[in-house]
Amino acid sequence: MSDVTNEGGRDSALLRFLWRAVKLLATVALTFLGLLVVTFLIGRVVPVDPVLAVIGDRASQSVYDRVFIELGLDRPLYEQFWIYLQKVLSGDFGESFLTKRSISDDLARVFPATMELATVAILIGTIFGIPLGVWAAVRQGKFVDQFVRVFGLIGYSAPIFWLGLLGLLVFYARLQWVAGPGRIDISFEYAFTNKTGLMLLDTALQGQWAAFRNVVSHIILPAGLLGYFSMAYISRMTRSFMLNELAQEYVITARVKGVPEWRIIWVHALRNAAVPLVTVVALSYANLLEGSVLTETVFAWPGLGQYLTNSLQNADMNAVLGGTLVIGGIFVGLNLLSDLLYSTLDPRVRRQS
Amino acid sequence: MTEVSRRDWLLSDRPASRRQAKLGQAYRTWLSFRTNWLAMVGLAIVVALIVVAVFADVIAPYDPVIGGDLRTERFLPPLTDGHLLGTDDLSRDIFSRIVHGSRLTLMVVVLVAVIATPIGLLVGTSAGYFGGWVDTVLMRLTDIFLAFPRLILALAFVAALGPGIENAIIAIAITSWPPYARLARAETLTIRDSDFINAARLQGASSARILWGHVTPLCLSSVIIRVTLDMAGIILTAAGLGFLGLGAQPPQPEWGAMIASGRRFIIDQWWVATMPGIAIFIVSLGFNLLGDGLRDVLDPKARK
Repeated sequence: MSDVTNEGGRDSALLRFLWRAVKLLATVALTFLGLLVVTFLIGRVVPVDPVLAVIGDRASQSVYDRVFIELGLDRPLYEQFWIYLQKVLSGDFGESFLTKRSISDDLARVFPATMELATVAILIGTIFGIPLGVWAAVRQGKFVDQFVRVFGLIGYSAPIFWLGLLGLLVFYARLQWVAGPGRIDISFEYAFTNKTGLMLLDTALQGQWAAFRNVVSHIILPAGLLGYFSMAYISRMTRSFMLNELAQEYVITARVKGVPEWRIIWVHALRNAAVPLVTVVALSYANLLEGSVLTETVFAWPGLGQYLTNSLQNADMNAVLGGTLVIGGIFVGLNLLSDLLYSTLDPRVRRQS
Repeated sequence: MTEVSRRDWLLSDRPASRRQAKLGQAYRTWLSFRTNWLAMVGLAIVVALIVVAVFADVIAPYDPVIGGDLRTERFLPPLTDGHLLGTDDLSRDIFSRIVHGSRLTLMVVVLVAVIATPIGLLVGTSAGYFGGWVDTVLMRLTDIFLAFPRLILALAFVAALGPGIENAIIAIAITSWPPYARLARAETLTIRDSDFINAARLQGASSARILWGHVTPLCLSSVIIRVTLDMAGIILTAAGLGFLGLGAQPPQPEWGAMIASGRRFIIDQWWVATMPGIAIFIVSLGFNLLGDGLRDVLDPKARK
């Protein structure tokens, strides 16, 4: 873009921005289309007969044929995909064989539970992970650094569902420090009205502090566990970003000027490391979706993950594919968000493109 | 040949043959790898896994599937009556089950690596070498697979294929190749226009030959490091599928499935679910340590 003149500068900047936005949207749309193709194809290779799943195996041949045509199974594959596409775009993932409700309703019902869990987890992971990473970078090669490394390695190596079981055994059954599986004790379940689906928020807004404490006591173990796994990742990345920044010349300049060391570390260097860190945090938030499937199973947490595994074990294919698609969509969305944040926060990237 | 002269032969700075140069290079890599004790611990764990898997029949004192007396030998705590790690709800020796389970773990790891690595290499090197629309199409495809969280996509595949360890392996392999393709593409882009590739092309080598004979070997080391680093994740995913009842089916002694069946007794018979978890933890820790060590030695970019 060397032919850009000064007068046209602003216009062409806008144009470039629009062009970038269009390109980005096209990429995202293509990825979504790909997600749809994958789930559609998975749905086609299932050994479960979709007609029998609707009518049961005692219906007569004529009913079978009618439903066969209603479901569009007599048409060529690309037409079936077209129908699937239109349905999904209008928010219709079909009906669950298990709950007999529309899958989009089901997903909307279970989603807040997962969101609450993942949000508390990412807060824990960030609040502990970033200072630990900074500390490890400052004391590189010393005890703290080794400790953070080993602590992280344990997080990378331990199966999350196993740690969850051990956590329940130790902190719930033996020590009785926290509440057991589920989101809330049954005695508190009707102490407040469900407005947002986020129980921490609902109970706090309605001043039901006993219920709030109960919710906290339920969420702390699974969220702490998920938070530990994202902390392992966040602290590792923070460490390497900070090592990179602390070797830069502006740090030496600041030292020569006599800026206090804590200011150099926590203000000068960390601010520069914060830009890529935003991406890391967004990515770990996306990864929590994956961890939540196993964690929710262990903690009987009524969220997206448990819904997905329940449907899986009952061969409820519509629900499985709907859930997969939603999780894939959120994943793509968060990746996109982290890209956008990166380019808005980093002036160098902003100017380049 | 004595030990000293063999060492000198390996470290000679004037190797007489290509073989000597290669062996010398490998020996130097080994020497620098050996100084990293954490990586050596990782190597030891992985070697131990292989040994245990091969000699499972000799090492395991009891049968992994057929249990003992259901009246007297259920839920024996660790270290009783020759049951090192105790027994489970069907009076089976947990130690023997874990030892035999190592075969399943090793099988998963090896098969996933054997299936996913070539796919990733083929897609990545072709995309990087041919460029243009081939690159666009292949990389879009890769991005779509990367857009799913791995465990979720594996779940959906297993749901379609039906539960079982073979299908779990296929599902994990299908979800594992995209990062390798990205890596291979990036490596290919840096060497695509080098002189030796052009020379090969001028000599009339076919694209397939250049890709297979000249590009792939250069991508191999970084992809292998990545695969080793991924092994822990693969083991954890397989265990997760087993835990959800979608991987290996009972009575197979798969570690994740063992945790799932021990889950009901976690409060009173804690060892049934705890012991297989320790096995998973140790093995994936071993692969993580080994992968870290390999990266430090073989990847000059990561070296500080």
